[in-house]
Amino acid sequence: MKLADLTKPWEALSYGFLDASAKREMRRKMLKSIAVPGCQMPYASREVPMARGWGTGGLQVSLTLVNPRTRVKVIDQGADDSVNAASIRRFIARVAGTPTTMDTLEAGLIQSRHRVPEEILRDDQVLVLQVPNPEPLRSVQPNMSIARQMHADADYGRMWLQLYEQIVRSGRVMQGASYPSLVHGRHVMTPSPIPRWDVPKQHMARHLTILSAGREKRIFAVPPFTRVEPLVFSDVPYKVEDHGDLTCTRSGTRGYFMNEIPQNDGTSAYEVSDSEWGVKTIRAAEDGGETRGETWYKDGKMS
Amino acid sequence: MTLALDAPRIVQTRPLLQVQSVSKSYSDVHALRDVSAIAYPGEVLGVVGESGSGKSTLLRMMNLEETPDTGSYTLDLPDVAGNLFELDRFARRMLCATRIGIVYQNPHLGLLMKHSSSGNVAERLLVAGERSFAVLREKATTALEASEFPLERLDAPPIELSGGMQQRVQLAKAIALEPALLLLDEPTTGLDVSVQALVLDTLKRLQQDRQITMVIVSHDLGVIRTLADRVMVMRRGAVVEAGLADQIFQDPQHAYTQQLVHAKL
Ligand SMILES: Nc1ncnc2c1ncn2[C@@H]1O[C@H](COP(=O)(O)OP(=O)(O)O)[C@@H](O)[C@H]1O
Ligand SMILES: [Mg+2]
Repeated sequence: MKLADLTKPWEALSYGFLDASAKREMRRKMLKSIAVPGCQMPYASREVPMARGWGTGGLQVSLTLVNPRTRVKVIDQGADDSVNAASIRRFIARVAGTPTTMDTLEAGLIQSRHRVPEEILRDDQVLVLQVPNPEPLRSVQPNMSIARQMHADADYGRMWLQLYEQIVRSGRVMQGASYPSLVHGRHVMTPSPIPRWDVPKQHMARHLTILSAGREKRIFAVPPFTRVEPLVFSDVPYKVEDHGDLTCTRSGTRGYFMNEIPQNDGTSAYEVSDSEWGVKTIRAAEDGGETRGETWYKDGKMS
Repeated sequence: MTLALDAPRIVQTRPLLQVQSVSKSYSDVHALRDVSAIAYPGEVLGVVGESGSGKSTLLRMMNLEETPDTGSYTLDLPDVAGNLFELDRFARRMLCATRIGIVYQNPHLGLLMKHSSSGNVAERLLVAGERSFAVLREKATTALEASEFPLERLDAPPIELSGGMQQRVQLAKAIALEPALLLLDEPTTGLDVSVQALVLDTLKRLQQDRQITMVIVSHDLGVIRTLADRVMVMRRGAVVEAGLADQIFQDPQHAYTQQLVHAKL
């Protein structure tokens, strides 16, 4: 007997890196999470050639959804050109043969770490958000099985208590990213640590959002045209970050979410967080070619 | 329009609370054996007995935190019917959150020690669906005031407060929604005697002002004598004697009760 007789003939890896059963698992749990918006579904999270905590949850969703014609965009805190974003983008392209893009309007699938692009997404686009901590109740209930009962009973009083405490201590709601939001009037989710600025973009949006936590092995979704309402007191309105009046020092665009760049003299400069929006703005100024799409915010206000 | 201000108060004859033949065992410990209890609207039922006699277990049953092996529990309230031990978790939670208040012997059981005191009271209102910050604050303040809690410490976390003050926060939380039934498990045990007297005064005043039906559990006959209209004496999980307070204190029938009453005199 030869060694060759004991092994199977050589086969290419499964399309898109994940094997068929891993992808089936992902698809089933995605469908479930779409059926019950905002409800966390546990799933069997596979190994991918990347450390847990670096977007493995999002990557598994992306690898399951892509086909050879899906144009993929990957952003990390709004930027297409960070090392992490570039690595994930190259990996998906290599194992699935997909075309890539930085243009939000061209993308079929956008995998993102903690930002929603500024241009309005369409119903043919999917946003995949990487989630480090999927459980919004963790800070008020460390016991996971009690937390699950609380979700089942829609027992969310403690989430408001957390906001109450912030107002009592600091005079205002301090919750920044991961602002707890009620999905479809039923489940409270943490919309991954996207800034407060991005939460209203999810409300009744045309696109599908899938949120996936690889380490914690949970998936949840905001299907198209679903209500996403940040938890607020009836007499304390929801406030997004004060970025409406800021101007990007590199591109000159104004009225979008900015990254703060501390300067040597103690002041701050600002750069638009959605890097591709900045690039498009510069291009439009240089050659007059307009490639920018409609945005959720106009003049710094949600429209 | 004239108001019938001088109309006589309707005399209530049906008991508000009725526990019937409740038994509960934890492996080989019979915590409760065939225990029945009754309280009429506006009354204070005192449950007295030595440590380990099953008082706290009975109170936890009344707060629907536990289900007995056998027995039934009814509350004569609008929209509340049947044996409450048969309610599911969700119905129990809603009933307890809105109609029953409880003060535990150990404040750690009843309070979030690191949240503000007003927040602890507000939590109760939040569970009942209140969503206005101003109303939460106002109602929490009112309840703390009624519990004679110093309002300048409104937002201090219980962990920074004395034992007596912690019990007042628990009490405020328990009465915030004006419950029909207030359960008190050794509310003054572990407090200094002078503080004990102050907390008892507060309870007495609350009872007189609001006519809340109360069940107070204590191993201290003095506490029961101060507050109770009706008394139940428990020993080793069973009721040895029950009746009106005057009757129990003046003419105890059971040898154990006689021993308790005379030890106290
Ligand atoms: N959850 C439990 N598990 C096991 N034993 C318990 C439990 N709760 C109470 N018991 C037992 O039941 C008896 C009555 O306890 P308890 O109601 O706390 O008495 P009391 O409040 O009168 O001091 C004790 O022997 C206690 O050890
Ligand atoms: Mg006890």
